[in-house]
Amino acid sequence: MIIEAKELGRDYVLHEGSLWRRRRVVKPALDGLDLTVEAGAAVGYLGANGAGKSTTIKMLTGILTPTRGQVRTCGLDPVPRRRELARQIGVVFGQRSQLWWDLPLGESYPILSAMHRLPGRIWKPRFDTLVDELDLSGFLGTPVRQLSLGQRMRGEVAAALVHSPDLLILDEPTIGLDMLSKERLRHFLVRERTERGTTLFLTTHDLSDVQRLCERMVIIDRGRVAFDGTEAELAAVTGARRRLVVDVVADDEPVLLDLPAGAEQLPTDDASRLQVEFASPLTAAGVLAAVQAQCSVVDIALTEPTIEELVGTIYRRASISSRT
Amino acid sequence: MRALWELVIGGFRRWARYRVATLTALLANSVFGLIRASLLLAAVQAAGGTVNGYTAASAATYVWVTQAMLGPVELWGSYPREVGLRIKSGDFAVDLLRPAHPLAQWWATDLGRGASQLLPRFIPMMLVGAVTTGLVLPTQPWLWLAFLCSMVLANTLCLFCWLVVNLLGLWLVDIRGFLVFFMVVFNTLSGFLVPVQWFPDWLRTLVGHTFLPSMWQTPADLATGLARGRVLEVLTTQLGWVLVLGLVVALVLRWGTRSLEVQGG
Repeated sequence: MIIEAKELGRDYVLHEGSLWRRRRVVKPALDGLDLTVEAGAAVGYLGANGAGKSTTIKMLTGILTPTRGQVRTCGLDPVPRRRELARQIGVVFGQRSQLWWDLPLGESYPILSAMHRLPGRIWKPRFDTLVDELDLSGFLGTPVRQLSLGQRMRGEVAAALVHSPDLLILDEPTIGLDMLSKERLRHFLVRERTERGTTLFLTTHDLSDVQRLCERMVIIDRGRVAFDGTEAELAAVTGARRRLVVDVVADDEPVLLDLPAGAEQLPTDDASRLQVEFASPLTAAGVLAAVQAQCSVVDIALTEPTIEELVGTIYRRASISSRT
Repeated sequence: MRALWELVIGGFRRWARYRVATLTALLANSVFGLIRASLLLAAVQAAGGTVNGYTAASAATYVWVTQAMLGPVELWGSYPREVGLRIKSGDFAVDLLRPAHPLAQWWATDLGRGASQLLPRFIPMMLVGAVTTGLVLPTQPWLWLAFLCSMVLANTLCLFCWLVVNLLGLWLVDIRGFLVFFMVVFNTLSGFLVPVQWFPDWLRTLVGHTFLPSMWQTPADLATGLARGRVLEVLTTQLGWVLVLGLVVALVLRWGTRSLEVQGG
């Protein structure tokens, strides 16, 4: 396992009240997190604001000391062996920069490679590949502070990967990027993982990042795992309803279908268009067969619930359960 | 070592880019140098020609050497302040994620910064002094070498002192009060405003037992000749304080990063 967390917890201490009656309040940001990630996997780590995503990343990388529990990243205890761990991981913070702000972009990489103790014969070919694949050549001579956000993020990803880490941790890497820049970055990350087997651990609020990059989603809420599985499993767990739209040969009279239990016909204005909502364990094939038995089908379309709806359901459930 | 060297070069290149800022700093230092020289020369003249070992020529040399040192030596702690601001913003987390000790990263960067200021700030300021009041400088090359070493040690000491102050941000939300307090302490007691030799006996004795003269007065004494015969002694004292303060910064950093709470994403 490249990441192993067991009963991991972190408390923040706040001081509330007036100056004279200050109270010390302990708030758990993460509480009893159990998480394992296999080498080569791609995991989307999701949660609402304040759920504990960034706290987890800080503990996985060794910049935050856990209050309780155990954590191992690349087989190392992150806090005491932080610098050793830094040679094996790459981290991209969407809102922070690891590049030298006033220097031309290209001057950051010799410094980073020297810190990683990489000889020129190792890092230079790797750097050339990254420049090529991330299309950095046009602005290597531009100071980092003058780069556009999309250019800087590509530079940040190259900085995180120049030492070919086993694990790449991405904390909201596409925040603020336009669609083209997002797509280019995602495309590169998919290729990087395919070709080099780099493990991806991604936090984001942009769920299309997760759909494109990750086969596994971990959703946390108030510091605990609320869901861990694939998108299909998420759809099953949330009881999300799919919608089958069927165009039929119809008379003027609306068709009332006799459907299996769990399927529901939705009202429509158009007598030739039927809409049926259903959830697991019913299948689209089963519902369609029932419709075909009663009408002449001309065309069909199947609408899946969006990932935003699925994740939103988990967030809402967690929110309701915390209030009750 | 290669990482340190790359950081030194990076620091040099970074500060070498600020050409307009360097020029304006040079102009400001020249004006304040003339004011300081006038005041100190008037004081020497009023005292009858010498004050605690300073003649008019050595007082003028002291003024222009210390004005010139303002470029390469970080008495006012502007680079360590960047570290403080990185702590406040949370960007400090990125420094911790690099596979090199943060203190080594900062020291090497600052060494490059100091080196970048020698040519555009130190040498022109000495020329201004030579033209306006005249200077009495060492003639032996080894004394210049000792002066250069002393300036590097003084800069390292200034960096470490200001890092300790700025690292307080790991525990405190706002450290502006500490910054102002230590700015006053370092300016007055390190020998920047007036030479330490001009302090009252009790204060000179007290300050002499601290690192403060090693931050600023020691290189000036080597340039003015007031440390003649004690060159090795003053350099050893400086080195000792550098090691002590270096240990203090490393310990503060170690404690601080254990309690670090980088807020936000």
